[in-house]
Order: sequence, then structure tokens, then C-alpha cells
Amino acid sequence: MNENGVSAALDVTALEDVYDTLAAAIDSAGPQKASLFLVKLALLNAHALGDAERFREHVAIALRDA
Amino acid sequence: MHTPSSDPRPSIYYRYEVHAPWLPVHDGEVQEHDVLVVGAGPAGLCTALELARLGVRSVVLNAELQVSQGSRAIVFTRRSMEILQQVGVAERVTASGLPWRHGNSYYRGQHVFRMEAPHDPHDRFFPMINLQQQFLEEYLLDACAANPLIDLRWGNRCAAVRQDGERAIAAIETPAGDYAIHARWLVAADGGRSGIRSGLGLPLEGDSYEGFFVIADIRVDLPLPTERRAYFDPPWNPGNTVLMHREPLGIWRIDYQLPPGESPQQALQPESLKARIDAQLAMIGHGDARWELDWSSVYSARALTLSDYVHGRVLFVGDAAHLLPIFGVRGANTGFQDAQSLAWHLAFVVRGLAGPALLSNYSRERVGAAREIIAEAGKSTRFMTPPSDGFQLLRDAVLSLSLSQDFVRPLYHWRTSRPHEYSSSRLNCPGDDDRLFDAGPADGAPPRNVRLGSDDFLLDHVGGALDLLWFGDAPTVPADVWRVIGAYRERGVPIRLTTVGMTRTVDGAERSLPDAAGAMRERYGVPASGAAYLLRPDQHVCARWMTLDAARLRAAVDHLLAAGEGSA
Repeated sequence: MNENGVSAALDVTALEDVYDTLAAAIDSAGPQKASLFLVKLALLNAHALGDAERFREHVAIALRDA
Repeated sequence: MHTPSSDPRPSIYYRYEVHAPWLPVHDGEVQEHDVLVVGAGPAGLCTALELARLGVRSVVLNAELQVSQGSRAIVFTRRSMEILQQVGVAERVTASGLPWRHGNSYYRGQHVFRMEAPHDPHDRFFPMINLQQQFLEEYLLDACAANPLIDLRWGNRCAAVRQDGERAIAAIETPAGDYAIHARWLVAADGGRSGIRSGLGLPLEGDSYEGFFVIADIRVDLPLPTERRAYFDPPWNPGNTVLMHREPLGIWRIDYQLPPGESPQQALQPESLKARIDAQLAMIGHGDARWELDWSSVYSARALTLSDYVHGRVLFVGDAAHLLPIFGVRGANTGFQDAQSLAWHLAFVVRGLAGPALLSNYSRERVGAAREIIAEAGKSTRFMTPPSDGFQLLRDAVLSLSLSQDFVRPLYHWRTSRPHEYSSSRLNCPGDDDRLFDAGPADGAPPRNVRLGSDDFLLDHVGGALDLLWFGDAPTVPADVWRVIGAYRERGVPIRLTTVGMTRTVDGAERSLPDAAGAMRERYGVPASGAAYLLRPDQHVCARWMTLDAARLRAAVDHLLAAGEGSA
């Protein structure tokens, strides 16, 4: 884990893949449903993470520098 | 002058009986009473019945000449039934109500969650039972009418209350003149729109949620079981929620949220009701069913409580004390627990067994319960009626995910009313063995029922007094324990002894439970003989010991009574 509490398990290639997949999915959901899609995704990821405390840390990081 | 309607209320299933008003002999007369209960709904009537069981007389005022309009509270919990059993009406509720234990949630036509409430073989009552409030009030009123300690006065309206430090002075209006009651204690059981609460200018704390819900009761023949049904985001009412409950006599409750901006007056227009009820029946595949409307009403979700239920000589109970959201059946069910608690605290004060400060314990325990309910109800209410864009998004995301993902489905299950545990009650005995027990109800907890026979349960036998359950195996109760019990009885303290696990009846004990199968010992976490539990008159535990002796029993009872010392 790096200093931001983010797992370093994704290498750059995999991160680029996530980047493209997410961008395409947001476009696919469309502007009306993008927020709903992202919330569903966050809930799925949180469930997979299995750690409410780390989820709270991720929320704090994502709220930063917006 | 007060002129309640003497026309029977309209109903397609309930025959309203109009009672004769109680009239004062002289206009302007003044009466003195120990306890005046203002309000004859479930909370007021239960308070009067419990007071009477503890030997305390009361006058009960009912502003109307008949029971409530419409079905109102229809779902009663197991704990409510245990309390109703204490006041003698549970058998009638069981005979006419519809018991149930499953709740279903639907989204986009798919059954996304099924809740099953636990039903232990040691419980006498089902987790829930549905019955229209008119019947419940009728049963309670019959019990009051049969009780010589209860003076029920129909058609008497409490117009104003003032206090002089020693008593509450109620100005009462009747169809034939006005009079006054000077009461040592006044129980404000005058409901959610309590005139006594507003007259005293008492603010409520908590949350009010936006949005209105319509309640409509219809008679319709639907081949569906008695289970709760919740429909989220139905096509005919997008973004909102619809609930359905079966009631006795072929009545169904349909409860739906209004779109933002629609007023309650618009929603209750007959054509508006008809269109929505037709749409709901069509959605569940019964669009061709013929139906007839009985009653409709509008409510909003509020989670509010007074911060203190004792104001001088005025004691608040039920909806007069708090307004709790309908989700989770928390209104009347909380009121029964309030009433049961208030009655014994007040009875001990009226009978001089404890000082008036004991009543502050009622307030502390029940305000604590209301605050806990408000916190829990907030979670369900935020799911049912999301208060902000963020909550709306999360609710919608959960609905959407629930079509394929199991892990979000439990979020559909709003917590239902449950008995509060008075874990930090001042009445809990500080020097007992509570922490040595691995199982069983802890100090402050409600009791655990135990099946003793095919139609015989522990809770049939305890309540309305301090109950000492002694898990001994000696042939006799120690003489010094007997002397302590006898001394309290001489002072008028209602205390009873039940022995558990003894093979023969013990002289002087109210009853002996053989407990041959050991169920009592198991449910109460008793590993060895000599243990004991002390239950308060509301059946909650206030002390438990691995080994009981006379000094420890005296310490626990004295501790409870001493909570009445000092200032209220």
C-alpha cells in the first residue's frame, strides 16, 4: 500500500485498462445515469474491499483537491 | 361546553357504538383525584389498566363518544402483545387478529428481498399481528369498564391544564356543563396533536422528513397471505414507495408516498385515490378486483420526542410524548411500552412506596428509548424517503443493484420496533452478579419468555409486581429471605416469589415451576442452584445473582425504591 492508502496491486498497464474501461462505461451510462452508475460501482467495490474504514479513507481522498 | 358528534362514524366493517356522555352533577364543580388520564387511545387506556392492577384508581377522559376513526395503528409486535396480555386483552386480539412474520420487497416486478422475523418455540406470540385500532380500543375499553378502579368518562374534553406545584388543575368541558379536576398527577395521553403539550409550550426534538404518505383502507378480495409487501419505485408512482398490509375482515391497507409538490388535500380527492389504488392493484396483477374504500388519511414521516416526559405534575405518554415514523411500526408499539413503564413508576409514587423522583426514571428510560428509535427509524426513513440528492442516489443505486446482487438486499429490511433495554437504568442493582452471567436477559433487559407447557408460558405468570425468580433446589426457601419478602409486603411493596426447578410446591411461594426439561435455566443462563432474578413490575430485569441471600435481595429492592429519593 502506498502513502495514500491506495493498493499498489495495479501495475500501469492494468491501471490504463481500468482508466479506459471506466471512461467508456461513464459514456455508455450517459449524462443522466452517470452518477447512478458510479454509485453502484462504488458500492460493488466497497463490498469487494470488505473494509468500511478503508472505504472512508478512499472517500476522504476522493473529496480532496476537487 | 363540548359537543362531540353522536353520529356513528362511517365504516364498512366496524360498527361504531356511540356511548352516553358522562356529565357532572353541578356545573362548575371541582373534584379531587389521585390520577387523571387525559386521552383514551391505546397509551392512555393501557396506563389506566396497569395502574389499576397495581391498586391505583384513575379517571380517564375520552373527548369523543366512540372509538377512533379508521384503522390507524394496525400492526402490533410481540412485545406489545406481551404487554396487552398483562392488561388482559391479548386473547381477544389473538382471536381476531392476523399473525405474520414475513416481509417482502419488490422492485421492477422482481421480488428482491424476503424478511423472516424469528419465531422461537418459547414465544407465545407471533412477531407481528394485524388488527384495526378500533377493535383494540374496544377491547381495552371493555377491560376498563369492567375494572372498578377505572372511571371512564365519555364526551369529556380537557380544555386547559395549569399547575400549582402540588397538583394539576384540568378544566373539563362536557355536553352539559364544565367542571374541574384537581389531580395529584395528570397523565397526558392526548395523542400526536397533544393540546396539553402545546398548551405547556413544550418543544419537540428530532427530525421531520419531507414528503407525505396516503393511507387508504379498502375492502378487496386478494388471494395473498398476511405478509408485509413493499413496492419500491413502481411504474405508476416513480421514485416513491408503496406498502400493503392485510387486515382482518377482508380489508387491505395501501400506503403510498405522494410525488413532491402534491398537497394532502389533492391526494385525498376521490378520483386521485381511485386512480392510484387501481394502478397499484393492476401492477400486482389484480386490476380486475372490485374494491370499496373504507377510510383514508395522510401522514408525514416525523421522528420527534420531548426531551423530558415529566413536567411538574404532568406526565406524558405515547404519541403525546413523541411522534415516531410509521416505518417499523413504532407508534402504538412504543406507546404500550411507555404506558407499562409509566404505570408502575406512578403507582409506586401514588402508593407512597417511593418518592416522586422515581418518575424521573420513567422519563429517562423512555426518552432514551425514543431517542434510540429515532436514530434507528432515521435509517429506514432515509431509505424510504431520501432526504437529499446523495441519499436519493444511494437508494436508487441499491434498488438497481438488488436485481442481481444479494449483498445489498438486507438494506430493504427496516428495523422493526423492539423492546428497549434499560442497560444504564438507575434501577439496575449495582452490587449484583449481572456480569457473571454468560446468557439470559441482563440487568435492564426485557424478559425472555419460556414455554412451560402446551399453553403455559413464563410471562403468563409474572408482571404487575416485583417478581423474584429463585432457581433453588433446597426444599424450602431460606428463612431469612422469607423474612425480607414478608417485611416488604408489610410495607405494601408488591413482591412475589416464584421458585424454579423445585420438585414440590414451596410453602408461601406464589408458584413453583418444576422446569423439568431445564428450559428456564437455559434461557436465563443459570448454571447452578441458588441463582435468582428480580423483575420489575414491567417485567424488565433489575437484578440477578448467581447466589441469592437475604442481604442481597434487600440491597436490590432498597436500591430500586431509593431512586425515588431526592428531587424529581
